[in-house]
Amino acid sequence: MEERPYRSASGAPIALRCRQHSASCRELVVRCPRLQLRSLSAVTSAVWLAAYALFVLSENSMVLSAAIFITLIGLIIYLHFVKIDQESLLVIGSLGIQVTSSYASGKESTTFIEMGQVKDVVINEAIHMQKVVYYLCILLQDPGDPQGVSEVVPLFQSSKPRLDCLIEVYKSCQEILEQRKTALQSS
Amino acid sequence: MVFKVFFPSCCSSAESGILIGRWISGQNSAVILAVVHFPFIPVQVKQYLSEVQRLTKVSVSVLGSWSNSKQEKEESLSEFLEDLGTIFSHEPWIQISKEGNSKFWSCSTLQKHSNNPKEEEIILVYYDQRKVMLSHLHPPLDTATSADHEADDASKLSAIFDTVAKSKILFMTDRYDDGPIKLTHWQSDGVEASIIVELMKQASVPACMLLTFLLSLISGICRSRVLKFWPLSFLWSKLSTCEQLGHRLQHLQVISSNKKAQTQTQLMRKANIFVSLLIDVALGILLMSWLYRKNRIGHLADTLIPVADHVAEELQDLLQWLMGAPAGLKMNRALDQVLGRFFLYHIHLWISYIHLMSPFIEMILWYVGLSACLGLTVALCILSDIIALLTFHIYCFYVYGARLYCLKIYGLSSLWRLFRGKKWNVLRQRVDSCSYDLDQLFIGTLLFTILLFLLPTTALYYLVFTLLRLLVVIVQGLIHLLVDLIDSLPLYSIILRLCRSYRLAAGVKFRVLEQQDGKPLRLLMQINPLSYDSVVQTYRLPTYSCYPKDSWTSLCKKLFLGELIYPWKHKGEKQD
Repeated sequence: MEERPYRSASGAPIALRCRQHSASCRELVVRCPRLQLRSLSAVTSAVWLAAYALFVLSENSMVLSAAIFITLIGLIIYLHFVKIDQESLLVIGSLGIQVTSSYASGKESTTFIEMGQVKDVVINEAIHMQKVVYYLCILLQDPGDPQGVSEVVPLFQSSKPRLDCLIEVYKSCQEILEQRKTALQSS
Repeated sequence: MVFKVFFPSCCSSAESGILIGRWISGQNSAVILAVVHFPFIPVQVKQYLSEVQRLTKVSVSVLGSWSNSKQEKEESLSEFLEDLGTIFSHEPWIQISKEGNSKFWSCSTLQKHSNNPKEEEIILVYYDQRKVMLSHLHPPLDTATSADHEADDASKLSAIFDTVAKSKILFMTDRYDDGPIKLTHWQSDGVEASIIVELMKQASVPACMLLTFLLSLISGICRSRVLKFWPLSFLWSKLSTCEQLGHRLQHLQVISSNKKAQTQTQLMRKANIFVSLLIDVALGILLMSWLYRKNRIGHLADTLIPVADHVAEELQDLLQWLMGAPAGLKMNRALDQVLGRFFLYHIHLWISYIHLMSPFIEMILWYVGLSACLGLTVALCILSDIIALLTFHIYCFYVYGARLYCLKIYGLSSLWRLFRGKKWNVLRQRVDSCSYDLDQLFIGTLLFTILLFLLPTTALYYLVFTLLRLLVVIVQGLIHLLVDLIDSLPLYSIILRLCRSYRLAAGVKFRVLEQQDGKPLRLLMQINPLSYDSVVQTYRLPTYSCYPKDSWTSLCKKLFLGELIYPWKHKGEKQD
């Protein structure tokens, strides 16, 4: 249940928490880097300075109120639609895998993938510009072709953990997915 | 394998009894639909279940026993419950027991003919019966098109949703009924019904019949031979108001049909069309009341003629400018004067025509404005048609300019080939070399030079009138976009998603509840509603117009060659 600190791909500190609810149910929660007060005040001051400069040029006080309005609306939109607070993976053997992202405003967006559609959970590597980035993804089964993969669902896209964190998550998931295979073999 | 039990949250406080529901063996899961209370006669229970099975086509059976004891667990009760397993033979027999007000229940299964004696893990999933019954599961859009109907490939969740939805009849008996069976489910405290809904259902049948009769009359009149003569039929096809009215008539026919909607999609479509029509007519009446209050429509009619005059004067000024030295370019004086005078005379004719019509404009506009009560879309289409009629002279100028320019371009290209000694082979659709006579070459070169030097003048006129025409086309296009938006937006689905989001389900989500060691895993299954853009994409109503099919490059090519462009084509029109 304890939180272990790791680093994201860009170097920001993140934390992983692993909870075992039962023999076939595990929840892995990655907490993303928090909103920095520094960057928030920097952006706000920049916008307000620009608005004040416009006000001095145009002598129209509407510019100032518009700037305040824009800053408020922008902050609300950012917190509700962009800033993700934590991403979690709930693996329930024989039911499915649930991926949740919770935003800073409290909104949660959830996707549940049934076990029948899950082919495997793997760590893939992607080459982005000059970096090699590792990411965990769920491979979905192609209904027509038993060997084929119809879709790749990447996980932890905003926290972007590094390979050590991903290996922990991968091992946890694979333990539960193994049970599915043994159950299939025994039945 | 892991054992899954889907338990309705409404039965958590039910008295002891036996559990009835459906066992899905392929997924090792049991969906519990209701609890039958003591005392009961097993034969009657079996009869009732077979009746339900016959009506709903869902294989409902007795799955296990449920004991809710307020005091300590009684040994005799547990033996009694085990004996029940022998009367209602079901493999495996589920036993759920709750002590006092504890949240953590103990759940066990009895397997008589099992091969492996090891303990299976049990997962207890709570679900809200009413919400799951009413909700409609939407498969992801890409899998919806696949024609796979095998039961094994069917989503496991859709099996559960189907089971609960089809067992509606099971939920119709409440505890005030005097039947031999006493059930507990979400409606067992009393079946809800609304008088208003029942009255509306009764009233809708004669209303639908009346509407169908009226619509058949109207469509009969529309299809009559009188309206099919050539000038009238051409007029109807060009006016967008008639298209919109025909579209709305179709919608009314869909709503007023007597057949009940078979599938969820048809029901949603009918509801969407109904709400869209209602909002349209409401907005139209609002617009009409705004227009007729303070006689705004009279003022509008009064300003129409001066506006048309103003437009004509502006055009005259433009032509005078073109006939001089526009933007410093030197035009061919003779051609310039000819074209300029021709267009000026055209404008003069147009102005006289408008002035002829001016006494009648107010009356016509007053009556035409009344048709806004048919809907906001009809009013917008009328506006678009009025714009088209008022700018008819711009359209004419565009056609003249385009034809002249087109002729000039074709002439130039053919004479350019002659200049180089080549010819266009119509049979083989390619350019071939050809030997011309001297006099052919002489005349050809002369004509080529004349056309080339007259090109700037024609090109300028063409450019100016094409820009004006494009402006009008853009304005009309925006109006039509708005009309399309009102036509195709599925308002009922959006409002449903806003107010009763569980009805449109994209999937489910699980929440892990408090756990206790030794007890089964407790999960809460909630409905994950569809996102707004999936709602709009799934339930969009089809419209009659299709968006410009020309890509930007082909449009530019047509403009360069002087071919006439009709960017907004309607479905059903003959495509060239």
